Amino acid sequence: MLDADFFRRWMTVTAASVDREAERLTALDSPIGDADHGSNLQRGFTAVTAALEKETPDTPGGVLTLAGRQLISTVGGASGPLYGTLLRRTGKALGDAAEVSADQLAQALRAGVDAVMTLGGATPGDATMIDALVPAVDALGTSFSAARTAAEEGAVATTPMQARKGRASYVGERSIGHQDPGATSSALLVAALAEAAGE
Amino acid sequence: MLINVPETVVADALRGLAAAHPELTVDVENRVIVRRDAPVAGKVGLVSGGGSGHEPLHGGFVGPGMLSAACPGEVFTSPVPDQMLRAAAAVDSGAGVLFIVKNYTGDVLNFDMAAELAEDEGIQVAKVLVNDDVAVTDSLYTAGRRGTGATLFVEKIAGAAADEGMPLQRVEAIARQVNENSRSFGIALSACSTPAKGSPTFDLPPGELELGIGIHGEPGRERRAMMTSGEIAEAAVEAVVEDLRPRNPVLVLVNGMGATPLLELYGFNAEVHRVLAARGVPVARVLVGNYVTSLDMAGASLTLCQADEELLRLYDAPVKTPGLRWGV
Repeated sequence: MLDADFFRRWMTVTAASVDREAERLTALDSPIGDADHGSNLQRGFTAVTAALEKETPDTPGGVLTLAGRQLISTVGGASGPLYGTLLRRTGKALGDAAEVSADQLAQALRAGVDAVMTLGGATPGDATMIDALVPAVDALGTSFSAARTAAEEGAVATTPMQARKGRASYVGERSIGHQDPGATSSALLVAALAEAAGE
Repeated sequence: MLINVPETVVADALRGLAAAHPELTVDVENRVIVRRDAPVAGKVGLVSGGGSGHEPLHGGFVGPGMLSAACPGEVFTSPVPDQMLRAAAAVDSGAGVLFIVKNYTGDVLNFDMAAELAEDEGIQVAKVLVNDDVAVTDSLYTAGRRGTGATLFVEKIAGAAADEGMPLQRVEAIARQVNENSRSFGIALSACSTPAKGSPTFDLPPGELELGIGIHGEPGRERRAMMTSGEIAEAAVEAVVEDLRPRNPVLVLVNGMGATPLLELYGFNAEVHRVLAARGVPVARVLVGNYVTSLDMAGASLTLCQADEELLRLYDAPVKTPGLRWGV
């Protein structure tokens, strides 16, 4: 079973990995976007870890809704509302249980990803974070490490796609050949989940 | 770059804006710029905002005759809902608030969230999207056209309407009318460097230019060998006029992207006028300068807005802001 500490760990590991990969995310964002994805997420997850140290929510749902609210209030751009909604809706779906199973997390994440798709209007194949998140949630029933592999493969698979949502869509066909920065950061989030689970 | 550290560029600029313009209330910590006399009794509040790096847009357009408040985000990043909610609360006199939102996924999502929060607090909110950039294919399969130069016309004209005491629905309708009658097209001679990255966001060798750029250092749709000012004017006017097909006289904005000298912008304006005259498009008013910029990008954008008599009257109304000032 997964408790609040596990979810706190997930957020801390994500923050550390976003720190480590910030320059790479920004570099991916340069040719097809506006060169700030790394620094924006860094600002957001720094605020998330600070908030989790200050307030100490004692349920998995509490940790994720707090993290989501922090992202909405600090990131801006499209990433703030999208990642914020992902975590907030996942957290809400987990309710106020003190512990949740991996299956419950998979279901809740699916609700979170659905909310992101509704908010941003993207579907699989648009070269967005959805292309990493949907296969990850599908694979979560198997194991956390399967979800990590699926997310990473999903992110790589955006390279030949033409972006149809978000800022990369403005460059049209010129987005083809670039791995989507949002799908890449989503894969980091899923990899952090596997790492938090010790897989 | 003339900065301290990348992390504080926005806050530093806000402190400087406050020092230069005591007629504005600048909340540096919460990143909200408000007319000092807000809320004005009976007047609709106009709130806009967006990523920083486009100065004087939006903070430089706060003041009588234009915006009531502006929310600057990080460089090229939409502000967050908390800022917009704070701005809306500061300017609402009970007559409601109009959000003027440039059509970018981030801006739209954050303003949507802010509108919900504001309505929860009993503030009546209307929204108008600015999407004037003809370089972007507008379809269900893209994020839609970007908001660029027309934002200035929307903010100026809707600002005058609000100052005249028009009700929220009417101000919103006028803002929408301005947007629907405006089109823009931009070209870049160099990429821009964001403070966070410190180097150009894309490679644009000397001797080449990008057609159909946005205002965030994102590359355009097409790259060409360098063209003359006259040739660029022909391409820009054609793109805008073919899409707008104006029947009324137009307001012209020849806008610099940040690093192109006024000498070149006025020369470009002369070429734009030559091409408009050849196409039989009458010009009502002209504005030349750096208004909707993209950091240190070299280049320009052309915006045309066809204006009926009411829009023209509102455009001519007095305005007193750091970035735009006449009739006062």
